[in-house]
Amino acid sequence: MSELKTAEQHNAPIVGHRESHEHPVEFGSYLRRCGMVLAVVLGAVALMIWASYLPQDHFSWAKKICIILGIATCNAFVVAGFLMHLISEKKMVYTILGFTVTFVIGLFALTLYAMNDFPRNTVIH
Amino acid sequence: MEIPYTVEARPDTGLYNAKLGIWLFLASEVMLFGGLFSAYVLLRVGADPGMWPHGWQNLTLGTINTIVLALSAITTLMAWVACKVRDFGKFKFFHACTLLCALTFLCIKLVEYHEHLNHYEIHLTDGRIADGDMEQNNASDNFVTIKGRYVTDETQLYDLRSQKDIPENEIQIPRSQIADMQNYGPWHNDYLALYFTLTGLHAMHILGGSIVIGYLWGPGRKLWKKDPERFTNRIEVSGLFWHFVDLVWIFLFPVLYLT
Repeated sequence: MSELKTAEQHNAPIVGHRESHEHPVEFGSYLRRCGMVLAVVLGAVALMIWASYLPQDHFSWAKKICIILGIATCNAFVVAGFLMHLISEKKMVYTILGFTVTFVIGLFALTLYAMNDFPRNTVIH
Repeated sequence: MEIPYTVEARPDTGLYNAKLGIWLFLASEVMLFGGLFSAYVLLRVGADPGMWPHGWQNLTLGTINTIVLALSAITTLMAWVACKVRDFGKFKFFHACTLLCALTFLCIKLVEYHEHLNHYEIHLTDGRIADGDMEQNNASDNFVTIKGRYVTDETQLYDLRSQKDIPENEIQIPRSQIADMQNYGPWHNDYLALYFTLTGLHAMHILGGSIVIGYLWGPGRKLWKKDPERFTNRIEVSGLFWHFVDLVWIFLFPVLYLT
């Protein structure tokens, strides 16, 4: 009746395994790991705020933005790596992320390209 | 009828179906926010020098929200870990903490929105500009009262970070002297349009995530008794979404509050 197939109907050569058997989970070690991640994230936030107050005479806004976004990117890697388990994920997830990163780079490249793409005879004041 | 691969990993993908689904969904979300971030880059780089606002946001509230969201990311992971070790009591505690953090975040965001919508820039007929928080604006009165200051040039309003301890006084302005009056809503300028669009979309994600978390904490917990492994997978999938929302904020905070 239904179009949905059960595991048996797929007749898969290898029967899928329960994910819980892959990584044994220990509550205490996770709590410690989470504590460290939280400390890193809070440290990164403090660092970003400090960087935003660097003296304007030595650090232009462009430099400050680069420093702050660099810290934010490191922060994002920690969150994605440890909290989303991206440091030990399946190949399929990395494939999806690989495609996503490619498209995002394309999106930003098009934006940067469009910045200097003015119609003919445009006068810039 | 049984839905396949809700618990077991598919042999071809190595993932259970919901996990594959959430990663595909998150990929589309990256493109959604990526488009808005690229709009930010385009408008910011295209702005005239000195005409991009600095220090317009309440940094204290933004920092508190960042900490609250970071905490919620931890508690949502611990809720999943509690499910994995079959400790339902701890799961309920950590998930309730996540929900509480989400609601705190939204409340703080509403306070920030209120601050912006109550802040006015008033152009007077003599060329001066009054800028500040609206104190009194009754249609029956022939004046408005703000707590703020006068400036002679609009550029003085852009970089608030370089102007320390700006004196603010109560200013009463007769309506006959007002040439134009506008609050700091999304219609005010490009920066605020981006701020409200990006944070509004992010807040909607928080709200959506809160509804899912609330459901799993409340009526959805029945599944725990029937199939705890499947329930645990639901918590993992909702947690992945929540971490993504946290990741977006990790970039929104410096872009909108610090730079």
